[in-house]
Amino acid sequence: MSAVLEVEAVSKRFGGVAAVRDLSLRVEEGEILGLIGPNGAGKSTVFNLINGVYAPDRGRIVFRGTDITGAPPYRIARLGLARAHQIVQPLTGLSVLDNCTVGACFGREDLPLEEARAAAREVAAEVGLGGQIDMPAGQLTTAGKKRLELARALSARPHLLLLDEVLAGLNPAEVEQMIDIVRGIRKRGVAILIIEHVMRAIMSLSDRIVVLNLGSLLAQGSPSEVAADPQVITAYLGAAEPAQDAERTP
Amino acid sequence: MPWLILLAALGCALIPYWTDDVQLREGLLLAAVYVILASNLNLMIGYAGYINFGNIVFFGLGGYISVYLVSEWHWPLPAAAVLAGVAVSAVALLFGLGILRLRGAFFALATIGINEAVRQLVTNFEPWGGASGIYLAFDAYEPLGGPMQALWIVYFLVIAVTALSLLLSFAIKNSKFGLGLIAIGQNENAAATLGVPTPLYKALVYSASAVLPAIGGGLYFFKSGIIEPGGAFNLGTSIEAIVMVMLGGPGTVIGPALGAALYEELRGALLTSDIFSHLQLVIAGALLLVIVLFIPGGLMGFIHRRLAWTRRWLE
Repeated sequence: MSAVLEVEAVSKRFGGVAAVRDLSLRVEEGEILGLIGPNGAGKSTVFNLINGVYAPDRGRIVFRGTDITGAPPYRIARLGLARAHQIVQPLTGLSVLDNCTVGACFGREDLPLEEARAAAREVAAEVGLGGQIDMPAGQLTTAGKKRLELARALSARPHLLLLDEVLAGLNPAEVEQMIDIVRGIRKRGVAILIIEHVMRAIMSLSDRIVVLNLGSLLAQGSPSEVAADPQVITAYLGAAEPAQDAERTP
Repeated sequence: MPWLILLAALGCALIPYWTDDVQLREGLLLAAVYVILASNLNLMIGYAGYINFGNIVFFGLGGYISVYLVSEWHWPLPAAAVLAGVAVSAVALLFGLGILRLRGAFFALATIGINEAVRQLVTNFEPWGGASGIYLAFDAYEPLGGPMQALWIVYFLVIAVTALSLLLSFAIKNSKFGLGLIAIGQNENAAATLGVPTPLYKALVYSASAVLPAIGGGLYFFKSGIIEPGGAFNLGTSIEAIVMVMLGGPGTVIGPALGAALYEELRGALLTSDIFSHLQLVIAGALLLVIVLFIPGGLMGFIHRRLAWTRRWLE
């Protein structure tokens, strides 16, 4: 299998805090890779590095053979890397359809406006927003906004989708629906890198899981391997002896 | 919508001509100049979400270039005005690539800075007459058939530029470029994540918002017959243009034009009254405050909320 995304020895510091340290990971074609770790492990920072919000201090990020290290977000998006945010960022004044149209217009396929609108309509229906297509995005419910994040990212017809806690804040029924939607996306051959706190969901969704702790790689493997890893259990639940605190330079 | 714009422009052009009503023409000309300023400023404020406090610099600079070409090099007015539009827009593109890295209040401050810097530069620029400016000699109007006829020709040209401003606004709003701009205005970070090339689009709209005001400035100052730094780069007019956009409804095509016409009426009424003639900017400021606090969507936002069916027809 060839890799969609290769993150090679990437580091990022904010002042004295090492948010990500010497992290390497690969996302294979068509794979769902779960990214888990305790709060503050640096998961969202990894996403920000991948989609260009931050440039890494060291290391290299390669997307489908193109070096995207330090490239701006809009250029990375055009290459076919889309992202759904943890904290939803709807374009509140625009309708659901227009939100998705922005994704389709400026995504990988660079569609003209009318085609983009048609594509957006399809995707919106696919994630269950078909009935609210003309509603201003700001008026959607939390679950609706989460779906919109997903629909907008999907409208770009990406090769790789970064999903940052799309299940957070949803009730159990909505979680089930969302999991089905994510599975549907994967069936179309889109690779997915997903951050999630709902363990049951990520364990059942992911092909492989990478565990991050204090900004570096703690473990990786299949969901069952990771779940049985004593280091992972320690990182989540704490050890008998107090765990070492985040490394800080003075 | 485009037909509506053309029809309105035709009406404005022909009614004073047929009735030979010079006073009506002068009133409409001033209103039209305001519509040009407000409509093009709306591309920045209403679409891209960037408040350009120094928008008048395009108008003033366009005026200077145009008047200079007509007065010193004896260019025909339309050619001079068009060249002024192109030149100012090119300069704006360069500036835009620089200052549009700034956001919010810092961008607003930078735009004021640009206007003031250009004003100082022009005040000390001898070929353009320094602080006293450029006066057009009477024979400058000869190629247009003398002053009387020249006034009518300038009026028709101003109306044409006004119509172009509204058509440009409409075309942008209904394009991919416009959608990208509106996405930037709503949430710039989200727009970039979705693939909108934010630096390029911002610089392009800044530049696009400069062309027609610069041409309008060329026409207006040709008609005035004099251009000097204080009148050309008047920050007060810049702020009034912002009030017009907010009053009419930012982000709509018709709104800024309505706002400009309404504000011009109000301003006229205030200027002729004894008590308020010196308080025009105070009133503009208070008006802006009321709009932002109570009707952030402006007139068009209000109409769209009350009469939902108008959303389809009036953009």
